[in-house]
Amino acid sequence: MKKSLILILFLASLASAQQPAPSRVIEITAKRFEFAPNVVTLRRGEPVTIRLTALDRAHGLLVKPLGVDLDADRGEPDEITITPKAAGSFPAICDHYCGMGHGNMKMTFVVE
Amino acid sequence: MANRPFDRRSFLRLSAASIGTGALLQFFPSTAHAKTIGSLLGRKTGEAPSPFTVVQLSDTHVGFNGPPDPLGTAAFERAVETINALSTQPDLILFTGDLTHDADDPAEHSKRFARFKEIAGRLRVQKRFFVPGEHDAALDGGSLFREHLGETHRSFDHKGVHFVALDNVSRGRPAVGKEQLAWLKSDVARYSKETPIVVFTHRPLFDLKPEWEWFTSDGDAVMNVLAPFDAVTVLYGHIHREQHTTLANAQHHAARSLIFAFPDPATAAEKKPLPFDAAQPFRNLGIRRITDSGPRLTIDDIELTKREVAGANGVAQLLRQGELS
Repeated sequence: MKKSLILILFLASLASAQQPAPSRVIEITAKRFEFAPNVVTLRRGEPVTIRLTALDRAHGLLVKPLGVDLDADRGEPDEITITPKAAGSFPAICDHYCGMGHGNMKMTFVVE
Repeated sequence: MANRPFDRRSFLRLSAASIGTGALLQFFPSTAHAKTIGSLLGRKTGEAPSPFTVVQLSDTHVGFNGPPDPLGTAAFERAVETINALSTQPDLILFTGDLTHDADDPAEHSKRFARFKEIAGRLRVQKRFFVPGEHDAALDGGSLFREHLGETHRSFDHKGVHFVALDNVSRGRPAVGKEQLAWLKSDVARYSKETPIVVFTHRPLFDLKPEWEWFTSDGDAVMNVLAPFDAVTVLYGHIHREQHTTLANAQHHAARSLIFAFPDPATAAEKKPLPFDAAQPFRNLGIRRITDSGPRLTIDDIELTKREVAGANGVAQLLRQGELS
């Protein structure tokens, strides 16, 4: 009985150890014509979830080299989990046209 | 004058002059294929394949009022005058988007559409076709565009060539979308692979510069639909500069804008309009000639600021082959 209990506890701890750690979540909000924050720092090899929330109307967040292509409508956040593979500075844009200041709606992802 | 050779897989002889006001294109279906194309399209349109000319105008941005170009519609109106003065009128005029500059007030935006139609209506050529740019259609899903100019995508045949107008802006994002892709697949399924296809659209259908939003997210899917065809020509705008790209079976040609130019994405650090030059208000406008020289196409780009080739006389001069050689 005691041996069985020890075995169950051992297996439970093993299963727990094998579960991937929850990735860090980075919240980004978008409104005409700005992102907040407008600079985000990631670490190479570390999984991270990018969540985009649109505050006023539909906005996009596109960073092709990082595989980020989000499209959030107001009240409908969009997210993706990525693992950056290379260090560098990556410009991000809103790719959902949102008005005359749309072309200046940018932010930067820095991977260290 | 820049001179660029292009590999030619097309049976079309494509001759083009960018008149600073857009691109003037000439199509010469070869006699070797005319019989095949004639049998394919003649039944549908009654038109035999024969040479013809197309003018492409892009990015007129009617309603724009800003430092990069304080002249408003001056270049657009000059373009219309230039085209009307051509001794041989083109068969078709293709407008590749951003016809108007958007406004938050729909009533104001509607006035800009009306002004655009008033200027475009001065063209002697009656066959005019339009696709929207994001400034025309992205904020309202294309409602105002449809109200003023009709559907945002369509197709038609002209003298042996199948033309497809694609809308890659009115979904808000740079995308054609599943419904339009299904329509395109069905539309071109009627034609044999020898049929020349000309697509006109606003944004590039390939990843020209995604970080400047110069791409279409499902552009690859569009080109996959068109992959079976021997000769595909894509005419687009959006980037406010000449650009020539050959990918697989397709040649992609961007036209200059009629408001201001953007820099070369290969060398410029940022997407910033080139400064206005009051001494040469139409600077960065120019003439393009594409000549069939045997197995290759040659494109000549000449700045419109050279007096000897400026305006309607310059275009007519260009079209008399060899005068500028």
